[in-house]
Amino acid sequence: MKSAHTLVVLVEDHPGVLNRVVSMMRRRSFNIDSITVGHSEQPGISRMTLVVVGEDDEVEQVGKQLYKLMEVLKVTDLSDQACIAHELALVKVAAKAQHRAEILQIAGIYDARVIDATPASLVLEATGSEQKIDALLAMLRGFGIRELVRTGRIAMARGGTAAPTKGMTTVSNGVGDGAREPLVALTN
Amino acid sequence: MVLADAPNMTATALAALGERPPHPWTGQTLSGAQITCASLEAEGVTTVFGYPGGAVIPLYDALPGSGLHHVLVRFEQWAALAADAYARVTGRVGVCMATSGPGATNLVTGLANAHLDSVPLVAITGQVGQPMIGRDAFQEVDITGITLPITKHNYLVQRAEDIAPTIKEAFYLAASGRPGPVLVDIPKNVFVAKAPFHYPATARRAGYQPSTSPNMRQVKLAAEAINRAEKPLIMAGHGIMLAGATDLFARFVERSGIPVVFTLLGLGCFPEDHPLALGMMGMHGHRHVNAALSETDLLVNIGARFDDRATGKISGFIPQAKVVHVDIDPAEIGKNVKTDVPVVGDAAEVLKALTPLVAARRYGQWTGWIEGQRDEALLAALEDRPNHPEPYTIIKAISDASDGEAIVATDVGQHQMWTAQHFGFNHPDRWITSGGLGTMGYGLPAAIGAKLGRPDLEVWTVVGDGGFQMSLNELATAAQENLDINVAVVNNGYLGMVRQWQDLFHAKNYSEVEISGPDFVKLAEAYGVTGIRVKTDAEIRPAIARARSIKGPVVIDFVIEPEANVYPIVPPGASNSDALHRAFDDTDV
Repeated sequence: MKSAHTLVVLVEDHPGVLNRVVSMMRRRSFNIDSITVGHSEQPGISRMTLVVVGEDDEVEQVGKQLYKLMEVLKVTDLSDQACIAHELALVKVAAKAQHRAEILQIAGIYDARVIDATPASLVLEATGSEQKIDALLAMLRGFGIRELVRTGRIAMARGGTAAPTKGMTTVSNGVGDGAREPLVALTN
Repeated sequence: MVLADAPNMTATALAALGERPPHPWTGQTLSGAQITCASLEAEGVTTVFGYPGGAVIPLYDALPGSGLHHVLVRFEQWAALAADAYARVTGRVGVCMATSGPGATNLVTGLANAHLDSVPLVAITGQVGQPMIGRDAFQEVDITGITLPITKHNYLVQRAEDIAPTIKEAFYLAASGRPGPVLVDIPKNVFVAKAPFHYPATARRAGYQPSTSPNMRQVKLAAEAINRAEKPLIMAGHGIMLAGATDLFARFVERSGIPVVFTLLGLGCFPEDHPLALGMMGMHGHRHVNAALSETDLLVNIGARFDDRATGKISGFIPQAKVVHVDIDPAEIGKNVKTDVPVVGDAAEVLKALTPLVAARRYGQWTGWIEGQRDEALLAALEDRPNHPEPYTIIKAISDASDGEAIVATDVGQHQMWTAQHFGFNHPDRWITSGGLGTMGYGLPAAIGAKLGRPDLEVWTVVGDGGFQMSLNELATAAQENLDINVAVVNNGYLGMVRQWQDLFHAKNYSEVEISGPDFVKLAEAYGVTGIRVKTDAEIRPAIARARSIKGPVVIDFVIEPEANVYPIVPPGASNSDALHRAFDDTDV
């Protein structure tokens, strides 16, 4: 059964890394639902969050192909773990005087902040799951959404460890005992 | 030191690396071009294939001062493919070089060829000067962008002091784990800039940890599966040779008693004249081989990637079998065929661990059944066609004349399949063919690369008249290098394999497959080499004997029956068990 998998991909922060990842996904016809890239807690290492929709074995193949890229240090599928998966949205919504109170009330329900206001519009900043953002947008659509930007999902496992400790490629795939140990260099 | 830090090197690459004294230029301040040459020498490179041009003029300025033998090809594409063949016969990394822009793009087909067949290759390209990059300068292309999906990795070098460590890493990546091509793009001004030369002893990347030692739990599961099977079959691939594991493989086969089928690139990893060697599988595989695949209850794939030309339609492939898959690349496991027991590791290390765990057995009933499926009538019919030089006889005659010891390179098409079916390969690394990419034109440059890599061995290339016309300009290279290679042109005046498909599957609609050509004998003479024409079966063996007695390149033009077909053939999209074994016209077998 196809489902959305959240992959956290730690990569060396080199020019062209994003290109390598996206190029590989494109050429092998893997479907990227969303992708975000930014700094991680470790200098020189960027963190990508990929949302990939596919069968489990297809997503496993995504992980294996990602590992073949030299810059890729670790791939973790957060789908089976307790994790926080959020995105951020900025919404510019038409807000004439007679609608403003109602919009503010909706924003309150969804914990969205007002970060800009004009006589005719409000810009709201919302964070949370895609479903929450979708629900907020559904509520706002009737007023007229003038502009919208969503970051795509970023995700992190719950619990105390700083970095995901278990990569995607495991012993059950026939990989040697020593392969893909947690990266010592990263945690030192 | 190198050995300790690179446990995942293939065995042949390791042997080639060894310990070397430091390069005599160590510590000196050199130009980037000199550093490039010295780095190649520090890797033990002796021969490079290339073509000069604007962006690499500084590199070619430094070449004569180095100890490298540069082979000047007539087209950059054949430099990459000659280097590919050089790597296949030597087990060392092949090296090619070209200028920026068109020089670099001409390497692309060769890189793709090496990528699909897991051949260790390093390509050095010139790039326009750094201030010009991104400005659509003369002969500028984004070659690292272009080659991203067809290289194992690639680099754009930014500083002269980065050249040596980059080349070190490029060779390490090309030769270790699953081998492949690596491209190093160097801007012209970086070739000119100066830096002190120190060649690093090791290379290491945090994101590159090939799994060479198998997980013993998986090895035990594989052994259990093998020991339980009643009709097991081994599928032997290129990975066995890349791992330098042919002796270990022979021991495994002898002990386990399991019959062996070969992928196109697996031919030669185990002697074909051994009673347990069944021959090639797949689209043009022998009838008994594909029959065995339909019946087997356990397929042990060692070092092959379940290419579609080997498997046929996946749903009809090994319908009754469980699968053990040994591969150094985890991404190959389960990519095309569902695998019951994956074993990730270097074929040599896996075989070392696996062989003692498998029972010493013989499968008399099973192998007897397979033998009963052999298509004796096909061979008998082939031998009974004296009017034209019979392709089958040509291949057998070359094999007989060289006692099966020659290196045989091929182009791509019918002649390639006839050679794969009938040469009888008994030695590793002597069957040189473009398997994954199917690169027409490969034959002649491959023979050139092979002869330069193994001057001690007799070298033949079997080509069609179509593919030969793509690369026959390399006769000039062969003549210039005075290489003792024999070119057997299997000449039918058609693009034969496409014509065969049109014949069998497109109602004989011969669309754009009639191809004229030059008089190959006169052409050979124009290049200053010997040309021989063969028009009857009786002339085959004398012509081959004559070619073998002549030093330097020889071209034999075998004018064969224009519409001879390759059998068996699995129709496109069909299962291996649905192969056609005869033409509808029974004179055409």
